[in-house]
Amino acid sequence: MATQEQCQVLDHKQVGPRYFKLTLKSHYISTNGEPGQFVNVRVDNGTEPLLRRPISLHRINKEHQTFELLYEVVGEGTTLLTKATIGSKVDVLGPLGSGFKLDPAKKIAILVGGGMGIAPLAALAEKLKTLGGRAVYALAGARDKSCLVCEDELASLANQSVVATDDGSQGRKGYVSDLLIDLLNNTVTQIHYPETAIYACGPKGMLKAVAEIAGQKKIACQLSLEEKMACGIGACLGCSVMTINGYKTVCKDGPVFDAKEISW
Amino acid sequence: MQRRPGLRREGDIVVELAGLKLKNPVLVASGTFGYGKEFADYLDLNKLGGLITKSVSLKAKEGNPPPRIVETPSGMINSIGLQNEGLEAFIKNAIPFLAKLEIPVIVNIAGDTIEEYAELAKQLGKEKTVKGLEVNISCPNVKKGGMAFGIDPTATKEVISAVRKATTLPIIAKLSPNVTDITLTAKAAENAGANAISLINTVVGMAIDIETRRSRIGRPTGGLSGPAIRPIAVRMVYEASKAVKIPVIGIGGIMTGSDAIEFFIAGASAVEVGTANFVDTAAPLRILKEINDYLAKHEIGDHHELIGTFKE
Ligand SMILES: Cc1cc2nc3c(=O)[nH]c(=O)nc-3n(C[C@H](O)[C@H](O)[C@H](O)COP(=O)(O)OP(=O)(O)OC[C@H]3O[C@@H](n4cnc5c(N)ncnc54)[C@H](O)[C@@H]3O)c2cc1C
Ligand SMILES: Cc1cc2nc3c(=O)[nH]c(=O)nc-3n(C[C@H](O)[C@H](O)[C@H](O)COP(=O)(O)O)c2cc1C
Ligand code: FES
Repeated sequence: MATQEQCQVLDHKQVGPRYFKLTLKSHYISTNGEPGQFVNVRVDNGTEPLLRRPISLHRINKEHQTFELLYEVVGEGTTLLTKATIGSKVDVLGPLGSGFKLDPAKKIAILVGGGMGIAPLAALAEKLKTLGGRAVYALAGARDKSCLVCEDELASLANQSVVATDDGSQGRKGYVSDLLIDLLNNTVTQIHYPETAIYACGPKGMLKAVAEIAGQKKIACQLSLEEKMACGIGACLGCSVMTINGYKTVCKDGPVFDAKEISW
Repeated sequence: MQRRPGLRREGDIVVELAGLKLKNPVLVASGTFGYGKEFADYLDLNKLGGLITKSVSLKAKEGNPPPRIVETPSGMINSIGLQNEGLEAFIKNAIPFLAKLEIPVIVNIAGDTIEEYAELAKQLGKEKTVKGLEVNISCPNVKKGGMAFGIDPTATKEVISAVRKATTLPIIAKLSPNVTDITLTAKAAENAGANAISLINTVVGMAIDIETRRSRIGRPTGGLSGPAIRPIAVRMVYEASKAVKIPVIGIGGIMTGSDAIEFFIAGASAVEVGTANFVDTAAPLRILKEINDYLAKHEIGDHHELIGTFKE
């Protein structure tokens, strides 16, 4: 179930060179939203741009009936979204899609975020922390230091958090998939694999690399995918991705899929 | 409530369309509303004038390779490729939900061959939930069939005649805008026994990524929809409605009540709302309210008084 709602902007601030955090009020979305789900945001009432923009639930605060979005300005739509002022309302459709599935038998969770892929992992880390009984490792990768947006947040939610940058300006020099290999070689070693689950979100190349690593080591792995969307609710079949069971919609069947299901 | 003489109550508009009785002239367009269920959370489906399903083909269609969507100025290009589970699965999976609706359910059919269209019509004629057929002879996103039937008046006539022979259900022929003279296919559909025509389907379009020089969708071309095509649609409804006696249903970029009114004045008896459903899940009912507001403001009792009233 989801709703189309005019959500009040409670806070909206710049958190990095091109990054913004938007806090919205919604009883329905905060109550029903789960980590890995997203909302489809109408950034403007006109026809330019025409379509909504999908953004993941970054934080979900059931107590205060709010949720946060963390987004990067990449084009026209996200630029317009930056103009939403505190107190104004934003037209939001959500919560949409099927989020991360949590298996109580998996006592070790490894969260792997590349670039803005970090956004939904904060909500997941928070949920895992609330549930307790798990060791949570958060791995974040970004182009450079300025592109690391919520690693503090993740550090506070996870038991251990590590970062990598492509240019080495912060943390390990390399990709987030290198961090994953390090972790699986040194800390979460082979005897732990059966009780480990990897949750990854980020660019396609990174997800593919993570899926390969998980596949080789036979570790359960869920990926959050992205595809251009029109409706966001499974009606247009515009966001299809190929899986071993044929085309599936990223907006409804996903965005979170079992890594084994994806046909790359 | 005190009302002016002649002015009907809101929601009273009754439309007789191709032998179908609609509560109001706002329907939802094929492929933009799934099989209805997808939108049930967001609006009261029973308040729609009618529901037109996503195209159903005889056998399942996998659809086209992604990306299937690209946004363009005030519009979008899609290359879905008629993905659907095929007739049998449609009857099994979609009909039970549609059967519970109180509004007319019109099934949009698409075939690769004339025989397939006829077979679809024959089978669907046995389903009491199905109150009419919209015959899609205008999909630009498939290699076989589809638009090929809708750009040639002779082929249009053959398909519609075959469907006419196969069923007694009301038939709406959905025409393609990708023609030089819409009146030819409109007349062909009328002569072949269509009870109404609907137009327009999407306009063949293209968007190129200038860095890779490749298409921004999975195939070179796709179908353009949304406000960008509205002026083309209004013009074609105007031309087609003058050429035929059967009712015309206007489709193309309708986002507001004013847009719908424009189509009525051009000659449409009813409208279908498409891409707008993606932008605003409440679009069809909001548009209906805006139509009624316009009628009230102009003291027009019924939208029929507007149909084809364009002043040359
Ligand atoms: C399920 C889902 C969840 C998402 N969650 C988030 C989130 O939490 N935070 C966030 O910042 N973004 C998220 N995105 C991506 C976001 O939807 C797009 O960045 C946004 O729609 C771009 O809109 P725009 O109008 O600003 O850019 P456009 O004008 O549409 O595009 C501008 C440029 O950016 C490129 N671009 C467009 N989309 C993406 C993308 N997804 N990744 C990289 N480049 C892109 C385009 O190719 C183009 O070159 C998510 C996407 C999906 C499908
Ligand atoms: C994503 C998408 C899928 C569509 N699928 C179908 C379809 O299956 N059958 C059909 O007859 N028309 C299909 N159409 C065309 C619409 O029904 C409509 O004719 C067209 O989009 C123009 O109206 P609009 O501008 O209001 O969207 C589709 C359109 C879109 C955008
Ligand atoms: S965006 Fe329409 S089906 Fe996913």
